[in-house]
Amino acid sequence: MKYLIMMTQSSQDDLPPERAYTPDEVKASWAHMQQIYQELAESGELLATEKLAGPQAAKVVTSDGVNAPVITDGVYPEAKEFLAGFWMVDVDSEQRAIEIAARTSAAPGPGGKATAKPIEVRPIMDAPAPEW
Amino acid sequence: MTARTDVDDLLRELAPQVLGVLVRRFGDFDDAEDAVQEALLAAATQWPAEGLPGNPRGWLITVASRRLTDIWRADQARRHREDLAGARETATPPEPSHQDDSLALLFLCCHPVLMPGSAIPLTLRAVGGLTTAEIAGAFLVPEDTMAKRISRAKKRIKTSQIPFRMPSQGEWTERLHSVLHVLYLIFNEGYAASTGPQVARGELSNEAIRLTRTLHAGLRDDPEVAGLLALMLLTDARRPARTGPDGELVPLAEQDRASWDQDLIAEGSALLSAVLPRRAIGEYQLQAAIAAIHDEAATAEQTDWAQILALYSLLERMTGNPMVTLNRAIAIAMVDGPAAGLAALAGLDTRLAGHHRLDAVRAHLLEMDGEAEGAITHYLLAAGRTTSLAERNYLTTKAAHLGARLP
Repeated sequence: MKYLIMMTQSSQDDLPPERAYTPDEVKASWAHMQQIYQELAESGELLATEKLAGPQAAKVVTSDGVNAPVITDGVYPEAKEFLAGFWMVDVDSEQRAIEIAARTSAAPGPGGKATAKPIEVRPIMDAPAPEW
Repeated sequence: MTARTDVDDLLRELAPQVLGVLVRRFGDFDDAEDAVQEALLAAATQWPAEGLPGNPRGWLITVASRRLTDIWRADQARRHREDLAGARETATPPEPSHQDDSLALLFLCCHPVLMPGSAIPLTLRAVGGLTTAEIAGAFLVPEDTMAKRISRAKKRIKTSQIPFRMPSQGEWTERLHSVLHVLYLIFNEGYAASTGPQVARGELSNEAIRLTRTLHAGLRDDPEVAGLLALMLLTDARRPARTGPDGELVPLAEQDRASWDQDLIAEGSALLSAVLPRRAIGEYQLQAAIAAIHDEAATAEQTDWAQILALYSLLERMTGNPMVTLNRAIAIAMVDGPAAGLAALAGLDTRLAGHHRLDAVRAHLLEMDGEAEGAITHYLLAAGRTTSLAERNYLTTKAAHLGARLP
């Protein structure tokens, strides 16, 4: 079963770790993610992973198909969470996807304490069509 | 997976035979499997250009053995085994039949220590003779990801020290169950995916049938093996009618029965009638019997739902599987009316909580019962929960049709 495991950041100015973290804490956070990456790549579960540029680099595009598209800087104004990156995995069970998400959420933050950021786990449309 | 040529067919038939010989001779399934895979790739490029060698099987064994020696030589830590291999080669025991080797390999690759997600690609490569790229394409994952998965599965077999031989009497039932389950999953993965971008997946059904035929050829007397093969044939017979021109799902009741494959139906039914009287009934035989009843009905209205209901009741008692209970509820609705079917769903709310199939069936039965509003709600709930794109399209279309007819 394929899942998208999404990491979010909670406000526009919640920059990646570098600001609130000491250099060692940044390193610890990266090492944690690198370890998950290694494990997923070696187990044959990882399909793709990307980190997104910050919400500051985003544009929102709307078009009615007739007039020139409307382009605004930034993310959806009403959004409170922004996609920061994702793992795309193919695993044996939802339980395993949740386990990966839990480990991602437990990445060390300032003071070595887990950040406990919410991680969204969403199935990818992938199942064979059933008999009807 | 593209259209198969004669060379491809020959290679895939020979693949497990050659691997069997190498494993028997050198005792290292992991490396031998890599060596055979490379020999197959070499043959796939050379044979079409240069013509078939006089003894294709011998050619593959020679090339694979040479390749295996290269693999070992490259690995300093294993150097001593080369000598071992040399010694063994001179004293090769009498070889069992190709068929036995293919079966022993199938049992090895489908060993219960492996999760299905690992057993499936390993089986397709080692026994089916498919390339890693073909398997990766069929499961829509990167080739490197699939290679890692296969390699891990082989390591697991190695560390578990599973011997290369047919299972003993004591473990027979569990091991056979595991093989049948893996084959069934491969079939399902490919089934109903015969159009559009999912063509490669559709090939998986053919591959599952081919592997199950091999198993059946070696275990003629096993009723469940025959039952599984019959189930696959009787289901696959409907494949041409199962999807519409745009890849949309066509429900059984609306399928063009003239396009069902009558040869497959005849073969599946014959297999089934040969084993059913033996009274060693298992779940695959029962599922096959249900498929046969659908296949033998000239029109949807002529379907013998009473008999299907009886079979589902038997299957429910045998397996206790809530998905069977769900299917049985449909049969109840067809025999005793939708209200009775809806009542039969009552106990499933906790056992199948949040499962899209429960919402889909409830929607269907509510629609039968004339409860359009409720049906729409449950069609849409199911659509939001399914992970099959074709199914989501089907469910949202059903809801839209009902919505359009509302006052």
